[in-house]
Amino acid sequence: MNIFLDDAPALVVALPLIVSAIIAFIPSSRLTWFITIITLVCHLFLSFELLERVSSLGIIIYEFGNWPPPWGISFKLDGVNIGLQLLFSAFALITTIYSRKIFLSEIDHHDSGKAYSLWLLAIGSLNGIILTNDIFNLFVFLEISALSSISLISLGAGINRRALLAAFNYLIIGAIGATFYVIGVGFAYAMTGTLNMNDLIIQLSQYSEGQLAIFAGMSFMLIGLMVKSAVFPMHLWLPPAYSYAPSAVSTLFAALATKAILIFFVRILYEVFSIYDDYFTIFLEYGLLPLSLAAIFIGTIIAIYQDDIKKLLAYSSIAQIGYITLAFSMNESSGVLSGFIHIFNHALIKGGLFMAVGYFAISINERVTLQSIEGFGQKFPITSYALLICGLSLIGLPLTNGFISKLYLFQALYSDQMFLTIALVALSSALAVIYFWKIVEKLFFSSKGYKASSEDPAIYIPIWIVAISLIYFGVFSSPIVEFSSIAADSLIKGVLSE
Amino acid sequence: MNNFLYFWNHFAFVLLMVGGLFIIIVSQNYIKKIVGLAIFQTSVFVFFVSLAKIIDGTAPILNPINTIYSNPLPHVLILTAIVVGVATSALGLAIVLQIYRNYGTIEENEIKKEELKDIS
Repeated sequence: MNIFLDDAPALVVALPLIVSAIIAFIPSSRLTWFITIITLVCHLFLSFELLERVSSLGIIIYEFGNWPPPWGISFKLDGVNIGLQLLFSAFALITTIYSRKIFLSEIDHHDSGKAYSLWLLAIGSLNGIILTNDIFNLFVFLEISALSSISLISLGAGINRRALLAAFNYLIIGAIGATFYVIGVGFAYAMTGTLNMNDLIIQLSQYSEGQLAIFAGMSFMLIGLMVKSAVFPMHLWLPPAYSYAPSAVSTLFAALATKAILIFFVRILYEVFSIYDDYFTIFLEYGLLPLSLAAIFIGTIIAIYQDDIKKLLAYSSIAQIGYITLAFSMNESSGVLSGFIHIFNHALIKGGLFMAVGYFAISINERVTLQSIEGFGQKFPITSYALLICGLSLIGLPLTNGFISKLYLFQALYSDQMFLTIALVALSSALAVIYFWKIVEKLFFSSKGYKASSEDPAIYIPIWIVAISLIYFGVFSSPIVEFSSIAADSLIKGVLSE
Repeated sequence: MNNFLYFWNHFAFVLLMVGGLFIIIVSQNYIKKIVGLAIFQTSVFVFFVSLAKIIDGTAPILNPINTIYSNPLPHVLILTAIVVGVATSALGLAIVLQIYRNYGTIEENEIKKEELKDIS
């Protein structure tokens, strides 16, 4: 047993990947689902084990094949990614439990077993993205996650053929983003001769700020990662991809995929790029900050005009990614802290919302629009109230975890004296009420007198687990705040120790 | 001016890269877009492999005659990237095939017309 646990950092990535290859050959879709659940339970167990070890040791560098870091590939587990690793593992398990019925009704029966193979591939590679400490290894995980998610998105074509166009656009834009990232890696490698992130920091600090090659390389890397994580002007692939994918797939990706890449983006930005003080502050102040504000406003305003609810949620995701990057653009520990808190909270909130909308989608068997959900508060009360809780949390009502995010964000902005930004963020939160109110109005205040129909416990139990966790973390916010402050500390400290 | 010629491999890389991007953006045909993507990715492969070249260096196999070796690592990295590129093209072509079956065309402007029909 101990032999396995010693390799836990590798296993959290390898286990889903290996099982995914095996279950591709199993014809029965129920069996593949069952194996997926067991795999993810083991995965969660491994994540807890890792959490325990990181909290006692502080930092784990796992060397593959015992090759010491500058030569071999290594994984780094520290405060920055260990909390997220746990969140990913737990949320992937909940979504998998939820996904069974959704896959059965949205995907062709023959494909639903194979879909779990891609599903595990995506989960394994997303874990790899947050744990890896090697910049080229990241590219490989990026592409595994992109290819598996594109295949999963295109499975939505059974219901709506536009899923194919969404998947194709994502493929082209995603591949351009990933290739930009590799160009950046090439420049960094040409200058330093290393791919390991810790070693890269040491090697790069020998060069002065004027080195154009390093500046170009870093710019290519950051822009490539921004394309992949849908930061504002590069977000165009995201709304169609999330809204035409099968609902379980939208849930998994809206909650986890962009967050994983954002974490790596932040690590490159704060751990590596920050050694060039001037470029770093200019990029944050004149690059990331205005883009985030634009993302918040444009995402929210487009969401207000959407009729299709999955598209509405996708545009609101763009705005929420804007809040996260806004928090990280402050270059201060309080800002970084609020960014991590919002990554946690938004993953749960958006996951819950997509889950609830996914249930509506399979019960009416067509696109979920504002018109079609009229009166669903009476027809599907259990799911509707869960959706209400998630939505209130998205707006940031007190007693929900969305409020904690907003509170820490405002605190950070206030201590940074950014009063104009505070006003803009407050205004955008008010705008978010509009699009959510449109949904609530149709759900609960309609004249259509439906009778409550029976709902499927296999679907509403996972949704309510998420909804209750939103309230739980809103009232007892200390676990998330603690994880995030450890993450923020190790991210900022990582900079100072060099 | 000498400097520019010394880095001619970078110019070749940039030309290929911009050419590939241009094809992706301009062409209406989805298969041509995938061809553009392949050219774009290949340009990066060329860039990496040309980085590894050391003047007078040979293949990095220990032997008594040669003492200067080229750097083997970029080749290995690019081997991985080529596999990724092939997988991307294959998946892209599979999706284009499905688009053709569903829409009856793979021209972007004609698909946009179909889309308008879907909405109205």
